[in-house]
Amino acid sequence: MRLKKSTVADFVTYALVILAFVICQWMVSAGSMSRSLKGQLVPITVYIVMAVSLNLVVGISGELSLGHAGFMSVGAFSGIVMSTWLVSAFGLENEVLRLVLSMVAGGLFAGIAGVLIGVPVLRLRGDYLAIVTLAFGEIIRNVMNCLYFSLDGRRLYVSFNNPQIPGKILVNGPAGATGVDKISTFAMGFVLVMFSLVVVNNLVKSRSGRAIMACRDNRIAAEAMGINVTKYKMMAFVTSAVLAGMAGALYGLNFSTITASKFKFDTSILVLVFVVLGGIGNIRGSIIAATLLTVLPEMLRAFNDYRMLVYAVVLILVMLMTNNPTMRAFFERINPRRRRDRGLTEEGKSA
Amino acid sequence: MVSFLRFFISGISLGSVYAIIALGYTMVYGIAKMLNFAHGDVIMVGAYIAFCAMQYLGLPPLVSVVIAMVVCTALGIVIEGLAYRPLRQATKLAVLITAIGVSYFLQNIALLIWSSNPKVFPSVFSVGAIRLFGGELVITSETLLTIAANIVIMVALTLFTGRTKMGKAMRAVSEDKGAAELMGINVNRTISVTFAIGSALAAIAGVLLCSSYPTLQPTTGSMPGIKAFTAAVFGGIGSIPGAMIGGLLLGIIEILGKAYISTELGDVLVFAVLIIVLLFKPAGLLGKPVHEKV
Amino acid sequence: MSEQKRQSNTKMVQFPSYAIVPERDLDKRPVLETRHLGIEFGGLKAVEDFNMIVGRTEIAGLIGPNGAGKTTVFNLLTKVYQPTTGTVMIDGKDTAGMNTVQANKLGIARTFQNIRLFGNMSVEDNVRIGLHNQVKYGMFSGIFRLPAYWKQEKRQHEQALDLLSIFDMQDMANVKAGSLPYGAQRRLEIVRALATNPLLLLLDEPAAGMNPHETEELMENIIKIRDKFQIAVMLIEHDMNLVMGICEGICVLNYGRIIAKGTAAEIQSNPTVIEAYLGKRKEG
Repeated sequence: MRLKKSTVADFVTYALVILAFVICQWMVSAGSMSRSLKGQLVPITVYIVMAVSLNLVVGISGELSLGHAGFMSVGAFSGIVMSTWLVSAFGLENEVLRLVLSMVAGGLFAGIAGVLIGVPVLRLRGDYLAIVTLAFGEIIRNVMNCLYFSLDGRRLYVSFNNPQIPGKILVNGPAGATGVDKISTFAMGFVLVMFSLVVVNNLVKSRSGRAIMACRDNRIAAEAMGINVTKYKMMAFVTSAVLAGMAGALYGLNFSTITASKFKFDTSILVLVFVVLGGIGNIRGSIIAATLLTVLPEMLRAFNDYRMLVYAVVLILVMLMTNNPTMRAFFERINPRRRRDRGLTEEGKSA
Repeated sequence: MVSFLRFFISGISLGSVYAIIALGYTMVYGIAKMLNFAHGDVIMVGAYIAFCAMQYLGLPPLVSVVIAMVVCTALGIVIEGLAYRPLRQATKLAVLITAIGVSYFLQNIALLIWSSNPKVFPSVFSVGAIRLFGGELVITSETLLTIAANIVIMVALTLFTGRTKMGKAMRAVSEDKGAAELMGINVNRTISVTFAIGSALAAIAGVLLCSSYPTLQPTTGSMPGIKAFTAAVFGGIGSIPGAMIGGLLLGIIEILGKAYISTELGDVLVFAVLIIVLLFKPAGLLGKPVHEKV
Repeated sequence: MSEQKRQSNTKMVQFPSYAIVPERDLDKRPVLETRHLGIEFGGLKAVEDFNMIVGRTEIAGLIGPNGAGKTTVFNLLTKVYQPTTGTVMIDGKDTAGMNTVQANKLGIARTFQNIRLFGNMSVEDNVRIGLHNQVKYGMFSGIFRLPAYWKQEKRQHEQALDLLSIFDMQDMANVKAGSLPYGAQRRLEIVRALATNPLLLLLDEPAAGMNPHETEELMENIIKIRDKFQIAVMLIEHDMNLVMGICEGICVLNYGRIIAKGTAAEIQSNPTVIEAYLGKRKEG
């Protein structure tokens, strides 16, 4: 069977990710990687998964979500609780198994949050949808600030807005989780990246993925073709939430202390910047953007004060370059390959 | 009972600030059909300018407010011209992302100029207070001023959009950009003027906000901005009386929620209101529903 | 094919008193029946008392001056709008309370006056969207590429090419739909609608923007589609050659009301129609 061009592109992406992983592992074992960069390895994989999953919503499903960090937060805290609970309730010491189960728990709870949020949110459109995802992101953060978890042997206590609970405190409201067992590994991060890539790429090329894109391109036509728009918007949204939750669990178990304020609106925007810079709908671009923008600021310490400023400027410029007719024409004169692509889309629009 | 009244009045005061900010959102959304995410940050800039004028230049408060309004007006026009105008034909997603970029740009510029250390805004409008119920209920001059400013602005804007040529042009552009252009209305200029008015109001709102809540930081504007957008949606986006009603209701809900339900969940309550309103009355209290043509 | 040959020699018969259907469809359940269908927009009656029956294999026409409410009727039939009065029955089933998706599943498919293709997707993928509900494999089979995925994707691919071959478009399968020439986009919309396996195909100005040669081909293809799939077609069209050439029962709409119904010959000689429509406007 002749392979399709898009399938080849997927395999190139997989190969690049595997290659990058092997090089990093080799550098770590050879001791040629700086300490600060080594500390960034897990966060890089986390941000890649965040960007890829957000791209599923923004690029493939065509809805702007501004609360993606909320799902990461749900995943992080449920992952932390899960990993500690596994030790105290079942005496499970195997770190790999604990990490996997914690990520599953993170994905599960983030997925539940995704369903609960998606039901109201996906009835809205455009700007309203974006602002409501933002609102939900803030709600999650505020609610997380009021949650207390504690463990007493096998029993897990949860309380809302009341720090007086028995046993050993795991998550302490606004003070967050402390004394977390750092069990996240770069290898697991790599596995999660591959997993999310396979999920997103294969989903896009399946019946469901086509339906998701049809709803994006023309909602009314999709409905007339018998496609349940809400169902497929929901599918993209929840899948994205699950992946973000798994990434969140990996992130949470990478640090000894974590608070809900880590997952505020800025984090959602940061991930959005990755997606926009990598190219909306372009999965490989998301990976590259997430990696570079996580590594670069670490390497250019002096640049740190200006980092967010530069992100903001870049965000504006990229949007202007890709969406303003005059500027687009200018860049296409430089790059003939893009001219061809544009010729196609332009005709489609005018028709 | 007195404590309820106290909360209620401070709710009206906060709500008045929201209403003034919401006006900026509602006018821009009504005319440019875009969510100006950076509007909240223009408030912050306005407050900083007023702060600097008073603190470093020693100018009187009223002059400082006027300077802040002038700077913000210019800022609004520049933002619109450089970032939003080139995207007039672009998708909503592109415009919204750009607006988020502008918002981050303003915050980070402010961070570089004024640092993240909170500035304490001087209580310039403190000229006394009204004491009722034997001193149990205190209404400060800031509160009264905020409410008065809100009413004056509302009346002025209603007259402006209803009676003046530019106001009529604005309404025409918000109905149908193409048709307005064919009737000889300069659409770009009308949108610029709208941004200018919205930004000038943002400067006033910034000063009023910081007179009541005197901590000034680069992020000061973002939360009130989002809440004011909520207020604009609540009242029906595009509607001037809607912005007023939405702002007042939201301020009252927030203060009463914080007082009687939970301090931590005050914001949750505000956002819950937004979600509920959008689900059951997507066009808001006074808005008109729009249908997509098939 | 000559004009004479195409002018179908079907005998149209009364069914019931207010409608006509081709004689061959008389013993079958009508594919579409509307009774007193109407809709108001803010007090304005856009469509009023619309009664129509379309036979099982009929090619029906809906004509009328601009703004007569023709597309509104299509939107009512496909449940984009909910009627304020009356009922729509598809294949004998009442569609009250249904949405567009459910109406499509009952067997009604449409094209759009202003083309609504999925412009960023390939021609084949557009047709595959039409086939969506005939392929049954879930999200997980898709993500993990289980056997069901491979089997059904292959079948879907074959079906899509088969459908595209109606208009000789199988060579364009991998082209981006948005980059097709105008006429091809209109044809693709018809293929995509056909892919949903409808009983009734609604075509909203299928010949708009086509040259006379393309229109001629389209007429033959509409008949071909009807014969091959044994379905009913209802079309809105301003090209009177096309309407009078292939439509069996024709319904004329003006100001939201039906002013005449009958065969092409009857409509052409109907004084009300001539006055309200043909007399005032020169149709091109």
